[in-house]
Amino acid sequence: MIQKFYLALFAYFMTLPIGSASANNAPKPTQLGLKDPATPQMERIVDFHFGLLLLIAAIVAFVTVLLIWVAIRYNEKSNPKPSKTTHNVPLEIVWTLIPALIVAVIAFPSFKMLYYLDRSDNIEMTLKVTGYQWHWGYEYMDHEGLEFLSYMIPEKDIDYSKGEKRLLSTDTKVVLPIDTNIEILVTSADVIHSFTIPAFGFKKDAVPGRLNSTWVRIDKPGIYYGQCSQICGVNHAYMPIEVHAVTKEEFQEWLIKAKEEFAANDNNKILTIASYEGAQ
Amino acid sequence: MADHKPGFFSRWFCSTNHKDIGTLYIIFSILAGLIGGWFSMMMRHELGDPGLQLAENGQMWNVWITAHGLIMVFFVVMPGLIGGFGNWFVPLMIGAPDMAFPRLNNISFWLIVPAFLLLLLSVFVSGAPGDVTGAGTGWTVYPPLSSMGHPGMAVDMAIFALHLAGASSILGAANFITTIFNMRAPGMTLHKMPLFVWAMLVTSFLLVLSLPVLGGAITMLLTDRNFGTAFFDPAGGGDPILYQHLFWFFGHPEVYIMILPAFGIVSHIVSSFSKKPVFGYLGMAYAMVAIGFVGFIVWAHHMYTSGISVNTQAYFTAATLIIAVPTGIKIFSWIATMWGGSLRFPTPMLWALGFIFLFTVGGVTGVVLANAGMDTSLHDTYYVVAHFHYVLSLGAVFALFAGYYYWIGKISGRMYPEVAGKIHFFVTFVGVNLVFFPQHFLGLAGMPRQYVDYPAPLPPEHLQGMLVNPIEKIQWIMAQDYGYHLWNYVSTLGAYMTGVSVLIFIGIVFYTMFFGRKAEANYWNIEPQVMTLEWTLSSPPPFHQFEIQPTVK
Repeated sequence: MIQKFYLALFAYFMTLPIGSASANNAPKPTQLGLKDPATPQMERIVDFHFGLLLLIAAIVAFVTVLLIWVAIRYNEKSNPKPSKTTHNVPLEIVWTLIPALIVAVIAFPSFKMLYYLDRSDNIEMTLKVTGYQWHWGYEYMDHEGLEFLSYMIPEKDIDYSKGEKRLLSTDTKVVLPIDTNIEILVTSADVIHSFTIPAFGFKKDAVPGRLNSTWVRIDKPGIYYGQCSQICGVNHAYMPIEVHAVTKEEFQEWLIKAKEEFAANDNNKILTIASYEGAQ
Repeated sequence: MADHKPGFFSRWFCSTNHKDIGTLYIIFSILAGLIGGWFSMMMRHELGDPGLQLAENGQMWNVWITAHGLIMVFFVVMPGLIGGFGNWFVPLMIGAPDMAFPRLNNISFWLIVPAFLLLLLSVFVSGAPGDVTGAGTGWTVYPPLSSMGHPGMAVDMAIFALHLAGASSILGAANFITTIFNMRAPGMTLHKMPLFVWAMLVTSFLLVLSLPVLGGAITMLLTDRNFGTAFFDPAGGGDPILYQHLFWFFGHPEVYIMILPAFGIVSHIVSSFSKKPVFGYLGMAYAMVAIGFVGFIVWAHHMYTSGISVNTQAYFTAATLIIAVPTGIKIFSWIATMWGGSLRFPTPMLWALGFIFLFTVGGVTGVVLANAGMDTSLHDTYYVVAHFHYVLSLGAVFALFAGYYYWIGKISGRMYPEVAGKIHFFVTFVGVNLVFFPQHFLGLAGMPRQYVDYPAPLPPEHLQGMLVNPIEKIQWIMAQDYGYHLWNYVSTLGAYMTGVSVLIFIGIVFYTMFFGRKAEANYWNIEPQVMTLEWTLSSPPPFHQFEIQPTVK
């Protein structure tokens, strides 16, 4: 009876979309697991997590079964006379060594992934991100200082017909090329923020006085979202990140347009520089 | 001359008696727990729907989460487990008449009261720019948000609150160490000491070694804020990351400070109701010592994304994973204690079993988070919130309730109503799991912590709030194409249920006080082979116990 219930439950959860296959990568209401990977970084994280999940589920199941078993087999009625055993050295050695072994099995792939995520020797372009209370500044360092600020679209201005999303869509999108090794430098002009895009598999704190770096290589064109991930004051929840990943050709076209647009937009630029100098 | 209790004022306000001070601590912990719990109720209600429900803005929300965290850590779990049960049962278990320094014990308690008042008052004092009051920094109080981000006095008051609470805990810990080393009954060697006393000994060392570092860090923060120093200000050559190192050098041992006494309590309960001595006693004792030691060398796993070097991350990954080994020893030893035993399941045993299961769940998610690469995805998401509430809210707090039901007869001389205790357990168990299990899903999907509002379409008018048909609401949510609404809603429903369980508990507390039946000395009928010294005394024990010193063979 109970088994049937769990089978049904399991079958039900299997039918839920665990990731998303659509063009935008916003979180789904029924999502249970990590985001669908859009980068080799996230692919490794998803694979590693899947292995770990099996392992920890097995451990929890093992402990649960033991607890249920002792509750049934050794309750007062089934076992009125308690045994006098108080130790068993070989058993204690075994349950020390096996967890140690499991931990070692986790550690090696974990290190491998960690060093892979850290940096790449073959960087093709650099994006510098600056956190402000409460918006992000972006600078394309290899493209004549193309820079702009990006704010969340306030709720009243959201146009749902354009697919804009509450608390995720921004007024100015970050455009990045696919199939390119992109270095991402992160810093802050005021308090600590944290820059992340879950589908890309990176997260770096934006710390004033420091320049943190990470890298990413996007596989699939699409719209990707992230949100500030370090408490930074009143509007912590209102400084999202929206990235449009496009092909290399589209990126070049966008660059030409963007340089004109943001060069004309003096206010934007002055604001960026002013806030940045305020931090020095 | 058996009992000559002082008058009411001297007894409760100038007390030097470890049992009375322990009682004061337990009452304090319950009251603070209600206030901290009220903040969690407001938070969960706020997150039940997207948009703003109760909070006027993000700063008010930040003040709530800061107050909730600090209250639960410093004014609920620590006073409950250490000040309350520690004060009550360390002297009783080692056969001592009182603590080594009874007056120091008094000042320990009376420092924590003004500390709590300072923290509560900080909520009403100006903090961040704008007209919202209170310290909205998170319990970690990271600068520069806590320095330039909060020019008002609220953060100064919170810092003073932590100074006082820290001083209180250091004095208490010194008292425990002296008591345990010098006042054990003849024959009670360290290796015959009950595990709860071992737990308190290790905890006290952690407190004495880690709290001064917090004191230093927040003092530096205070001078940065008020006297123009620049320890944590890059503009003056300082470094915000330095604060994080100092804070977590305290903060990580702190989480073991909260869980080690819980380990001790669970060991006693499991052993008593299995009618078997704890399996692998020495392994259990030294596993706690090992956890305490390793707890000091893993702090930077809270800082994987802060920009520390990759080799540093690798070291802290390895060190953190190692904690799984002594923790595994403890879980398996509890199960082996029950194996071959003759088990009874009164309320405290249910809480203890609940603890073992939930601590295992919280433990394995800790193994996931230990990996710096994995943490790239999960850091500062709800996965972390789920993890630490499984080990604290469902771990340490379950041990608090286990200890309460196990010992309330001894403390008050009256028994709690058994059926009501079990109902309290089951309602809490289901409630807290509903709150925290779905948060794993939110975290994996990427929802950041400490958010007053989350991406999701606003529900139509008739589906907003708590008084709606949940089935209809869930169907509507599942039909949306994005958002974190579903699991937040489920989590909030669980919170309401947990709120009900708290009301049941308050009912039980008052029933026990006024109508509970009288408890005998050994009301659990604990067998001689597993008995500790507190069961040789009447319930409640005489005001001055052990006038004839017991001996242990």
